[in-house]
Amino acid sequence: MQFCGQHRKITTKYLLFLLSGQTVFSTFNNHTGKTEGMNEHHRENTIIRMFHVYKRYGAKNALVDISIDVRKNEMLLVTGPSGAGKSTLLKLLYLGEPVSEGQILIEGINLSRISNKRIPFLRRKFGIIFQDYKLIPTKTVFDNIAMVLEVTGESFRFIQKKVSSVLRTVGMEGKLNAFPPSLSGGEQQRVAVARAVVGDPKIILADEPTGSLDSESASIIMGLLKGFHDRGTTVIIATHDHEIIRKTKGRALYLKEGSIQSEDVKPTKKRPITI
Amino acid sequence: MKSGLIIFFIKRAIQDIFNNRFLHAVTITTIALSILIVSAFGLFLSNAGDIMDSWKKGIRIMAYLDKDVELKQIAELEQKILDLYGVADIRFISKAEALQQLKAEMNRQTSLFEDLKENPLPDVFEVQMMASTQNWEKIEVLAAQIERLPHVGGVEYGQHWLGRVIGIFNLFKFTGIVMACIFFMASVLIVANTIRLLFYSRQQELEIMRLVGATDGFIKAPFYIESVIQGILGGITGILVLFVIFWVITSNVEQDFSAGFFNLRFLPVGMFLGIIFGSMFAGWLGCYLSLKQFLKV
Repeated sequence: MQFCGQHRKITTKYLLFLLSGQTVFSTFNNHTGKTEGMNEHHRENTIIRMFHVYKRYGAKNALVDISIDVRKNEMLLVTGPSGAGKSTLLKLLYLGEPVSEGQILIEGINLSRISNKRIPFLRRKFGIIFQDYKLIPTKTVFDNIAMVLEVTGESFRFIQKKVSSVLRTVGMEGKLNAFPPSLSGGEQQRVAVARAVVGDPKIILADEPTGSLDSESASIIMGLLKGFHDRGTTVIIATHDHEIIRKTKGRALYLKEGSIQSEDVKPTKKRPITI
Repeated sequence: MKSGLIIFFIKRAIQDIFNNRFLHAVTITTIALSILIVSAFGLFLSNAGDIMDSWKKGIRIMAYLDKDVELKQIAELEQKILDLYGVADIRFISKAEALQQLKAEMNRQTSLFEDLKENPLPDVFEVQMMASTQNWEKIEVLAAQIERLPHVGGVEYGQHWLGRVIGIFNLFKFTGIVMACIFFMASVLIVANTIRLLFYSRQQELEIMRLVGATDGFIKAPFYIESVIQGILGGITGILVLFVIFWVITSNVEQDFSAGFFNLRFLPVGMFLGIIFGSMFAGWLGCYLSLKQFLKV
């Protein structure tokens, strides 16, 4: 939380930098006394930056002064009770909702300055998983997943190959022509995971991915997400499931009433997490 | 845009039409009915126009001469008329020849002429016009010029009845244009409503498409293609039905009724293409209005 406090003191100064479309790492890190080398390393490794972000629905504050950095290939767990703002935080990242105040940078792109035409291209950086799967019931498993590649204009041959490969990864290769309503909750979520990763996104956003699943299915889904994280994808999971938080290595942000209450880092064997 | 993507959009649009067969069938039928009514009017006007053109082409200006005009003056007048712009040929019909002709035409009532002490008919010039002069305005101008010449007592070229027919024809033409506009607007609104219903039925799918990075154009394109297909199918169906009706009427009625006066013909190619293009445009416009209202990213 010291991290957020330091930011707050220099808000006005760095807001000017952000409004000009620049990142503020170099100046920020000079203030915090870090070296140029570390500074450069930090910039290269940060994929998401939220800077004093607020989200309001009318008079109600859904998120209050959120400032966080997410590094490439990080596993970030956003947790907290219902209504804490976990889903809202994820929505702000893919511009499902606009920010009320503050700045968000995704790979250096300032979301406040992005044009409507560029939003679809920003969303292609994300693979999104929802608690309610959001699969199209009238389309087959193949069509649901293929849609991600169709919007980018890929050829049908490539789509066929890629979808089959991803379905194999999530263990659903036999359900290519099934319709979502004929699948169990766990199977539907596996299809949703396949859809999220088929476009090779840089970031996976999972909003309560195990919320509607039994423990066995939840464990499969978490295993898949960890697998994609191990292959280099940044994964952000919003969950209130303590079992998942306990078992998953990475950084955990605890939200309450829209504010970050605490931050817990569980270093993985492969990459020690530093803030 | 990649050609593969265009094929993908077309396939998707056709798939959507099949998935929502009933809705599209209702829309296409409504467009077809509108097109049927409008093109029936177009067919009537095009044939009526042809008939009037043939009438206009048959028009001769009859210049009636004053009484007791001398032969020398008749020759001079003939030359003066021939010198007028637009006159192709001229024929002098003496009053004796005219009476002879009248008697021949009324051979059953020859007793009517027995009591005549003198020939009441005037000498007359029958003036034939060049092809370029055979429109209503030019005929009127030429007739007025001939009437102003000396020794010409009056001119006759069927101005009263033809003027009335042209007036009625123009009224029909105006009515046709107004009706075409009304049916065009009706078709646009029907397509717009269909697209709105489709949009609502696919709202969840469109929301997911947006989340996975579909651009506005990617979402809109199949809707536009569907609407244009609706327009084309509606237009072709309407014209096909009209053709069947036309064929039935002409094959049964024409030889008895028209008896060689005129040949009824189906819509000219230009009008046919115009109607199809109009119905395509109605589809596109309906889609545009609907998506403009509902698809804001």
